Amino acid sequence: MLSMIIRRIGQSTLVLLIVALVAFSMFRFVGDPVSVMLGQEATETDRENLRERLGLNNSLFVQYGRFVGRAIEGDFGVSYRTGEAVSAMIADRAPATIELAFVSGILATVLGISLGVITAINRKSFFSQVIMTVSLIGVSLPTFLIGVLLIWLFAVELGWLPSFGRSGVTDLGGWWHTSLLTVDGIKSLILPAITLGLYQMTLIMRLVRAEMLEVLGQDYIRFARARGLPLRKIYFDHALKNTLVPVITIIGLQFGSIIAFSIITESVFQWPGLGLMFINAIYHVDIPVMSAYLVMVSIVFVAINLIVDILYLFIDPRIRDAANAGAGE
Amino acid sequence: MSLLEIEDLSVEFTSRRGVLRALDKVSLTLEPGEFLGMVGESGAGKSMTGNAILGLIDHPGKISGGDIRLHGESIIKNPERIRGSHISMIFQDPLSSLNPLKTIGAQLIETIELHTPRRGAAAKERAGELMSQIGVDADRLSAYPHQFSGGMRQRVVIALAMASEPEIIIADEPTTALDVSVQAQVLDLLRDVCRAHGTAVILITHDMGVIGHWTDRVGVLYAGRLIEIGSTNDIIRSPRHPYTQGLIASTPTMDASVNTTLYQIPGNMPPLTAIPAGCAFNPRCSIAEDRCREVVPQLINDVACHLRSEA
Amino acid sequence: MIARWLDSDFMYSLLRTPTALISMIVCILLAACALFAPWLAPTNPFDMAAINLMNGFTPPGAANEFTGDEFFLGTDDQGRDLYSAILYGLRVSLFVGLASVALAMFLGVTLGLLAGYLGGWVDAVIMRIADIQMTFPSILVAMLIYGVARGILPPNARADMAITVLILSIGLSEWVSFARTVRGTTIVEKQKEYVTASRLIGLSHLNIMARHILPNVINPILVIGTITLALAIIAEATLSFLGVGAPPTEPSLGTLIRVGQDFLFSGQWWIIFFPAATLLFLALSFNLLGDWLRDFYNPRLS
Repeated sequence: MLSMIIRRIGQSTLVLLIVALVAFSMFRFVGDPVSVMLGQEATETDRENLRERLGLNNSLFVQYGRFVGRAIEGDFGVSYRTGEAVSAMIADRAPATIELAFVSGILATVLGISLGVITAINRKSFFSQVIMTVSLIGVSLPTFLIGVLLIWLFAVELGWLPSFGRSGVTDLGGWWHTSLLTVDGIKSLILPAITLGLYQMTLIMRLVRAEMLEVLGQDYIRFARARGLPLRKIYFDHALKNTLVPVITIIGLQFGSIIAFSIITESVFQWPGLGLMFINAIYHVDIPVMSAYLVMVSIVFVAINLIVDILYLFIDPRIRDAANAGAGE
Repeated sequence: MSLLEIEDLSVEFTSRRGVLRALDKVSLTLEPGEFLGMVGESGAGKSMTGNAILGLIDHPGKISGGDIRLHGESIIKNPERIRGSHISMIFQDPLSSLNPLKTIGAQLIETIELHTPRRGAAAKERAGELMSQIGVDADRLSAYPHQFSGGMRQRVVIALAMASEPEIIIADEPTTALDVSVQAQVLDLLRDVCRAHGTAVILITHDMGVIGHWTDRVGVLYAGRLIEIGSTNDIIRSPRHPYTQGLIASTPTMDASVNTTLYQIPGNMPPLTAIPAGCAFNPRCSIAEDRCREVVPQLINDVACHLRSEA
Repeated sequence: MIARWLDSDFMYSLLRTPTALISMIVCILLAACALFAPWLAPTNPFDMAAINLMNGFTPPGAANEFTGDEFFLGTDDQGRDLYSAILYGLRVSLFVGLASVALAMFLGVTLGLLAGYLGGWVDAVIMRIADIQMTFPSILVAMLIYGVARGILPPNARADMAITVLILSIGLSEWVSFARTVRGTTIVEKQKEYVTASRLIGLSHLNIMARHILPNVINPILVIGTITLALAIIAEATLSFLGVGAPPTEPSLGTLIRVGQDFLFSGQWWIIFFPAATLLFLALSFNLLGDWLRDFYNPRLS
């Protein structure tokens, strides 16, 4: 089993390096960093100096190596647009995104699993039909539209919640700042969290429901019923565990889309996080920020994929045995 | 009074093509400790009967008529009462019958704790006993289903079915998914274990060979109808219904000469959507008369045939 | 033949599932609106000469206080007729959607066929790229491609090429599902005897791929195509809303919503409401239709 884990880690590292290559290529070949930094009127000497300083005259391989090396240290250069160090920008905006993602993730998972189980067990009830219809809408609507709708309903019409921005922020010693400690802060978090979480929740719910229905149709559930096991035990002891195993994988992989949707949600609500930073970078063709975001995000994805794979090894005895058998050969 | 009585049982399915009768007024009885076989082609209604007894027929199917009685009491309305405790069922595929994420021991113990007063260590001990009865080492209680071979898995399934100490076990094609060499072992085990406990068995199969060796009586199903029933000896040596005769004739035997062509009943069993009027077998029957094409024959003297029902 | 198609399982199920039927009708309706926009729209909202700034902010139905002109759904801040803008916006949305799906389909099916049929390192490389791309959500991929493309283009070409770049980004982000399915089916079909037979009588690889294997893959491709279309439409709307999609000079529904959001608070609700409602119906119908289609070809327990 250890060998399988090591192999997976190796694969992940390879993927990261390839992504870094893409990021590096973007950095190096899209536009001319020298012109961007110096403007149109720079002299040839100035350009040459900058080129030297940026290491643009070395072989591509060396440049790539340096790029990766600096990336590992967290140095992604300087924004074309603001001149700020990209790493500082990331550090400043990360807490906002992480909090948002975390809160909406928990919301989505808890609600998603519960509703999924409920609608699977009571397939025909009115409640289930309503939930399924609403979920269909939740999955079909673009996230930004949901955000705009929520803003219109709760901020414009009802005036209960703020329509944009992140307020009530408290600094927590050094790097982190949170909005969870003030009422204002929590209020400003609600709509973005719902917007971000809604898609995930409906996805998880429909997944859990489909998985559970499939499990409930399996022979071993029939056999359990034939042996007289009470429904409750069948649902929560046999069916649920078997349902959650594949669901957990997908929940883990969904985390990736949280990152993507956070870009959208942050734009709708002007939430000062990494997503908003990224979209601004795209708009202004701010390459260093774009490539930094790419590298960062891929590290997160690859790490999550890896964790989920390893988790699966521990949960499903069939895969565990297959892995051990494979290793033994 | 018989152990189990099924009277005029009908099961219907509502589908796109209308209402389908999967079982049409099936009646039979089961005595304590008896081994009753149910034979017929795929789709004839054998499994449907087993499912109906345990109330496992799900939407869009339902029991549309008749009664099922255990010890004289009707069990159609709440089958949960008798599941496991009085009647148990085992299915065709032993791998999919077992929860892949639970150990065999866990699955045995939960059944034991549910149906007997034993708990904890006592339950575990009982589980070990059951395992030895089916010929598997007790220390394999901590193993998972996929770690057993096909034959052993089906034995484990039998142990699970016996764990609730039922009076009747319905075995739905228990050996169809197994290698021929293993089939006999599993069936022998089923017979021995059930005889030892006085448990009656309804053995559902399409294999006449299985019927011949392991049943006391047998009922023949065709297109959802019971068309003949009797002792296994009688059915095999002197079948009366033309379909049964065809079935017996088409079973390969050891003593037939190599040159004889194997007999086949011409045609196919009709699908539930196109059951002929009158006797369902009439289009394929060599002695069919007008009566057979118009009137559905009732089960008289254990045969449902206009021409063969006389004693 | 029409009669036989009408009697088929497809139509039977469609006519009996109200949601699917309504979605289909709405989709066809909206598609027709988009197609016939130049004839249906009372004005061309992007003809600078025809727009009167004084007409700006006219609410729907009521007459403008300055010019007395009436507009069915009101006007935006520039005085453009919203009804016309929505019709043309639908056009852009559907055009981009269809074009990107076509691109994704072409690319995906080709690469899938090659990977499945040729196997070996071709397969390995293509699938590796697919796997890596699949780790990222497609919208992210689309954004990146858009950003890179804009970086490569000189600034003055950016506005003109926006739609093309948009189609490119969405198309390139969605090819993987086509490729994977086609590859799978190709591998299965390749093992079958009729392929061996074709090789024996000397048919070229290309011939076999195109004329024998491809027809077997059409069904799942259509299902994936419909679903991808729904995804593409949403992706386009999202990108346009974020400002990295269709530009204000050739706006799609997403762009219109972006413009309208600014005026949500100042009371001119109609500027965002009507485009949003249209997008809602468009997205919902395509999604419901795609959902139903997928269930139809792949019956599940629900």
